[in-house]
Amino acid sequence: MAAVSVRDLAVTYAGVGRDVPALSGMSLEVGDGEPIAIIGPSGCGKSTLLLALAGLLPADAGEVLVGGEAIARPRRRTALILQDFGLLPWKSVAHNAALGLEVRGVDASTRRTVVAEALERLGLAEFAEAYPGELSGGMRQRLALARALALDADLLLMDEPLSALDALTREDLQNLLLGIWQQRRHTSVLVTHSIEEAVFLGRRVVVMSPRPGRVASIVDNPGMGEEGYRETAAFLERCVELRRLLAAEGAFRDATLAGGVR
Amino acid sequence: MNAWLRRIGGYAIASAVLLAGWQLLSMAIGSQALPGPIPALSDFGRLFFSDLLPHAGISAWRVVASMTIGAAIATPLGLSIGRSPRVDAIAAPLVFLTYPVPKVVFLPVLLVLLGIGNLPKIALITLIVFFQILVTARDAARGIPASAVLSVRSLGATRWQVFRHVVVPAALPDIFTALRISTGTAIAVLFFSETVAGSEGLGYYIIDAWSRIAYSEMFAGIISMAMLGVVLYELLEVAEARVCRWTRVER
Ligand SMILES: Nc1ncnc2c1ncn2[C@@H]1O[C@H](COP(=O)(O)OP(=O)(O)OP(=O)(O)O)[C@@H](O)[C@H]1O
Ligand SMILES: [Mg+2]
Repeated sequence: MAAVSVRDLAVTYAGVGRDVPALSGMSLEVGDGEPIAIIGPSGCGKSTLLLALAGLLPADAGEVLVGGEAIARPRRRTALILQDFGLLPWKSVAHNAALGLEVRGVDASTRRTVVAEALERLGLAEFAEAYPGELSGGMRQRLALARALALDADLLLMDEPLSALDALTREDLQNLLLGIWQQRRHTSVLVTHSIEEAVFLGRRVVVMSPRPGRVASIVDNPGMGEEGYRETAAFLERCVELRRLLAAEGAFRDATLAGGVR
Repeated sequence: MNAWLRRIGGYAIASAVLLAGWQLLSMAIGSQALPGPIPALSDFGRLFFSDLLPHAGISAWRVVASMTIGAAIATPLGLSIGRSPRVDAIAAPLVFLTYPVPKVVFLPVLLVLLGIGNLPKIALITLIVFFQILVTARDAARGIPASAVLSVRSLGATRWQVFRHVVVPAALPDIFTALRISTGTAIAVLFFSETVAGSEGLGYYIIDAWSRIAYSEMFAGIISMAMLGVVLYELLEVAEARVCRWTRVER
C-alpha cells in the first residue's frame, strides 16, 4: 500500500542570507497505484516536493504520509530517480542496480538473482560489468529504473528523468515507463517539464503555482495508458488545456520576455 | 602487455636523454664535483648490493611507513571534516593556520624528543603528508555532487554507508593525486632528515660520500634516490589503476 497524502506541506530552505520558502500550503492526494505527473514553472518546488516525499527533507509545517504512515526518513519501498539518475560512476552497472538492496542488508546471492532479473528486463544484461560512464544516456536511465525495480518499489518518484535524453530515446523510454507501470501498478509521481510527457504518463496532471509552490490545478486524464493515446484528439486537447493552465501560472513568462522589456 | 612495453620504452628513452644531458653538462663544467654518468653508473653497479640497496631499503621503509600512516589518518579525518559543515567551521581555520607552517622546522624538536633513529624522520614525513592529504580530502568531500549523496540516502543508507559507497570512492582519485605529489615532498624531506642525523639511509649515504670527496659514489646515491622516487610513483600508479578502475572509462 503506497497511497500518498501531502497535507498543508511547507518547506523552507535556509538560503545564503535569507530564507527561501519553496513549498507552502501544498496539499495533494495520490491513490495507491495511481500514476500522476507534476508540472509547473521552473523553481516552483517540484524537486523539493519529491525530496520531501522521499523522506529526505524535513517539513516545516504539515505532513507527508505514505501508506498511511508519516514520512520522516527514507522508506524501504520508495525509489527516487533524480534528473542525473543518481548513478555512482565508480560502481559497475550490476553494483549500481544492487545498491538499494545492499544498503538494506539483502544477502549477496539474493541480490545477484534480483539484479540479474532487473537488468535482463531493461535490456542491460550484457552490460552488467560495465561502468555507467560507458553507457549512453538512455541506458543510464534504464539502469536507474533497474535499481528501482530491484527494490520492488511500490512508490516511484522521478524528477525529470527523461529531460537529458534526445527525442527518440525519450519517447522510447516513455513507452517503457508506461509498460512497467501497466505491469506493476505502482504508485508513480513523475515531475516533468514536458506537457506531452505529463499527459502520456499521468492519469492526473498536477499544475503547480510559482514559488512557494502549491497545487494550482489538477487535470484529469482518464485516457492515459490507452493503446495509441498519443495520436488521439483527447491527448491533444489535454495538452492544449495544460499549456493554457501553465501560461496562467506564468510558466512561459521568462521565455516570452527573453530579449524584450521586463 | 603492449602498454607495459610502451611504458618501459618511455622510461628507456627518457633515461637516455637524461644521461646524455648529464654527460654534456659534466663535460661542459669539467669539475670533479660533477662526474659524468659513466663513473657514477659503474659505482652504482659496484656498490648496489653491498651499500646502496641496504640504505635504499631503510629509506624506502621510512617513506612508505610515513605515507601510509599519514594517509590512513588524514583521509578519514579530511573526509569527515569536508562532509560536516559544523566540524568544518572549527577544523578549517585550524588547518589553514597550521598548513602553511613549513613542518621541517620541527625536525630539531623531533630529534630532541624522539632520538636520531627512524622515529623522528617518520614523524616529520608523516606530518607533512598528513596535511597535504587532509586538505585534499576535505576539498574532495566538499565537492561531491549532492545528487549522488541524495540518491544513496533515498535508498535508506546510513551516514556510514554514504561514506563507504559515495564519499570515499568519489574522493579516491584526488587522494591518489595528493599522494603522488606528496611523494616528491616526502623524499626531499627524507633526504634532509637523513643528512641531519643518523647513519643509515640514502640521505646519509650521499652526504657521507660527499664528505669523503667520493663524488661518483655520491652520484650513485643520487641515482638510487631518483629510482626510489620512480618506484614509489609507479606503485601508486598501479594501486590507483586497480582501486579506481572506473576513472579509465569516464569521459
Ligand atoms: N539547497 C537549497 N538551498 C536554498 N534554496 C534552494 C535549495 N534548493 C532549492 N532551493 C530553492 O527552492 C526553490 C524550489 O527549488 P526546486 O529545486 O524544488 O524547484 P523545481 O520546481 O524543481 O525547479 P526546476 O523546474 O528548475 O527543477 C527554488 O527557488 C530554489 O532556488
Ligand atoms: Mg527540479
